[in-house]
Amino acid sequence: MRFQLTDDQLALREGVRGLLARRFDGAALRAAMDAPGLDRALWRELGAAGFFALRVPEAGGGVGLGLPEAVLVFEEAGRTLLPGPLVATHLAAGVVDGAAEGETVVADVDPGGLVEWLEEADVVRGEAAGAVSLNSVDPLTPLHRVPDPPPAAVDPAAVLLTAAEQLGTATRVCELAVQHARTREQFGQPIGAFQAVKHLCAGMLVRAETARAAVYAAAVTADPVDIAAARLLADEAAERGARDCLQVHGGMGFTWECEVHLHLKRAWVRARRGGGGAESEELLAVDLSA
Amino acid sequence: MDLAYTPEEEEFRARLREWLAKALPALPPKPSPLDWPGRRAYDLGWQRMLHDAGYAHVHWDASPTTRLIFLEETETAGAPYVGAGFVGLLHAGPTIAAEGTAEQRARWLPPILRGEEVWCQGFSEPDAGSDLASLRTRAHREGDDYVVSGSKIWTSHAEVADWCELLVRTDPAAPKHRGITWLAMPMSAPGVVVRPLRTLAGSAEFAEVFLDEVRVPVANRVGAENDGWRVTMVTLSFERGTAFVGEVVACRRVLGELARTARENGRWDDPVLRRRLGRLNAEFRALWRLTQWNVSEAEASGGVPGVGGSVFKLRYSHARQELYDAAAEVLGAESLDLERSWVLDRLSSLSYTIAAGTSQIQRNIVAERVLGLPKGR
Repeated sequence: MRFQLTDDQLALREGVRGLLARRFDGAALRAAMDAPGLDRALWRELGAAGFFALRVPEAGGGVGLGLPEAVLVFEEAGRTLLPGPLVATHLAAGVVDGAAEGETVVADVDPGGLVEWLEEADVVRGEAAGAVSLNSVDPLTPLHRVPDPPPAAVDPAAVLLTAAEQLGTATRVCELAVQHARTREQFGQPIGAFQAVKHLCAGMLVRAETARAAVYAAAVTADPVDIAAARLLADEAAERGARDCLQVHGGMGFTWECEVHLHLKRAWVRARRGGGGAESEELLAVDLSA
Repeated sequence: MDLAYTPEEEEFRARLREWLAKALPALPPKPSPLDWPGRRAYDLGWQRMLHDAGYAHVHWDASPTTRLIFLEETETAGAPYVGAGFVGLLHAGPTIAAEGTAEQRARWLPPILRGEEVWCQGFSEPDAGSDLASLRTRAHREGDDYVVSGSKIWTSHAEVADWCELLVRTDPAAPKHRGITWLAMPMSAPGVVVRPLRTLAGSAEFAEVFLDEVRVPVANRVGAENDGWRVTMVTLSFERGTAFVGEVVACRRVLGELARTARENGRWDDPVLRRRLGRLNAEFRALWRLTQWNVSEAEASGGVPGVGGSVFKLRYSHARQELYDAAAEVLGAESLDLERSWVLDRLSSLSYTIAAGTSQIQRNIVAERVLGLPKGR
């Protein structure tokens, strides 16, 4: 058993991290907040890098990799708060023309009744008639609500890739909190020397690492019960992690200037996908008595 | 990333499973938790069976993955855990193996493996629990002996132990981490007095040990004089490594029993409770994956358990308490009856966030050693 990243997987992660650092850094994040809308050029670059075609077989013009690799890539997207209907377009690659290349932007009507990026999408999958615009809590994710979403099964792959994004957030907010705690001084020492702050940071890491094991394992097994578990752990790690990161930043954390609120808001948006975690909890309960 | 086992590992699992199916029915009935001599005999008898079947070494020199399989299979089959052999097999033994001389290894290791001698751990003191390095039990040289005086507390298995892995202060003038020495003390030595302590679960799990001018041969020192802290850190990394593998498997089994009981007594119809059990399923599945991740990492780095053990222990010890709180919810009023199963387990789960480094100490370890936050208070 070698439940560790392979050299190829490490290289893939480094490659994606490098691309996103070049193309979607802190300045780009600020710019996106000031001028909402999807950056089509970036979308095409993601397509060219294989972001959407990652799991499309090579015979079909794709990269031919699997869920474990997709999870690593979506984790990086989550880390950088990359905006756009990433999961929907990735799932449409090989099915909807142009999705794999990043030429076509695809939005999905979520079974929970929300649609992300409806107005920017070239193709909407699902019944979006009567969609009403929401004043989205996340400035980087426009949202619509569908009055009566038709009952649809949640795609386990969508759940897992969302969990991977949440894992990226959980990891990133832990880094941000630690960075701040090491440099911000109060009472004559870095606040990270105080146990109260130290223990918040340790809790963030413990939740993130537990979620990581669950998300990576679910990517390997692709088992719906494993995926449901990964989702619950990753939602918790992202939401509580972002909240604790905000706390470690103190008053600064409550401002628009500090990027922490963006992580928390995105984590909330992702946690609502599929109607929230109740369905996963039920699936895991049934698994116990099966 | 791969969760598949190698053909060799699968073969080990199959052989072990076959042996367990034959060996377990031959076990004598399990003694009462209050009967220490009975528990000693039972646990050592099991270790002897493992030894004769060729599995005694598995905690020491098997690969981390093989050890994982061993713990998973024995727990799944309902085999006894190390019990009274815990300190010898998982603390003192690995420490002597790593730091002892050839003579010391020859003297102490075979009886541990054959299930002949029991060890206890003389680390904690009344004024040195979490702050282990502030221990005050002192020892000075007289000829070929150390003369030891002081007291220890929370000493598991002390009543039935043959040996004690003992930390003593040999240089009171040195900084507190520097003047400590690791000794193997015979529990039969004159001057050793053991007084059992009753836990909140009602049983005498551990004891106070009083030491009055106890003579321990210098030849029983493992590692150099005043180097005991480093030797101890070797021991603790073992404790936080794979010590809980079998317990995660056990918790997953208990969770399945909880679900069945809830179905029988009607509590399953409560969606709040049902989802709580579902969430616990996610929790223990994740802890099992984290175990596999840590074991794979240890395997890749040559078998040395890392700080991943602290991350695991923090999450696991709290999850275990949540599991038994949920059990109380399933049992309802019966959760107050000590005769019902899980009630004693609920009480003993309270020790998990305290023993082997409190959750607060573990958070400091994670924050300082993994995240690099500054030391302070």
